[in-house]
Amino acid sequence: MSLRLEHLLREAFPDARELDVVDRTGGGDHFHVTVVSPRFEGLPLLDQHRLVYDALAAPLGDGTIHELRITTRGEG
Amino acid sequence: MNDLQDRIKETIEHEPVVAFIKGTHEQAMCGNSDRALAALRSVGTSFAAVDILPDPAIRQQLSALSNWPTIPQVFVGGELVGGADIVEELAASGELEAKLDEKLGSEWRNGGEERTIALVERQNPFRVVP
Repeated sequence: MSLRLEHLLREAFPDARELDVVDRTGGGDHFHVTVVSPRFEGLPLLDQHRLVYDALAAPLGDGTIHELRITTRGEG
Repeated sequence: MNDLQDRIKETIEHEPVVAFIKGTHEQAMCGNSDRALAALRSVGTSFAAVDILPDPAIRQQLSALSNWPTIPQVFVGGELVGGADIVEELAASGELEAKLDEKLGSEWRNGGEERTIALVERQNPFRVVP
């Protein structure tokens, strides 16, 4: 499952400088994703997280992601 | 627009600080809900919690309104601030207090009162039907 999330994030943020997916419990449904991308530069955190939610809309919608933690940063 | 969505909207608009969570302010039933409440407590604001668990429709209607897919959701002065990660980050950086000041003036510095609002009548599975 981590690989699927990583793939979706890679697709949405091809220019990400850092991209990390941690399966927090090993159960394949509690994740912490970190994305560092120039796309976040100047965006409020709310909008940064919305972009991540958009990228992960499928696994969020079908219930495979039970809990998600998000860390985002622009490059600065 | 329906009745439940009206009630959710009203709550968001009228409560200075409101957190839609799994559980109550006394007992959050999920780690992220707990983290969001801890972040609010760390700045000493009063807040209301809304338990989304009694009826799945609350969460559906809330997300339709806010365009935010996950729980918890924290609103200040009628505006979505974010989920647990954002509220935690803003609390740590001092931006949460700035947001509270901006939206509410000094209204939120009133002693850290907490309560939970019931949007729907809680269903009791053990109710005895005569």
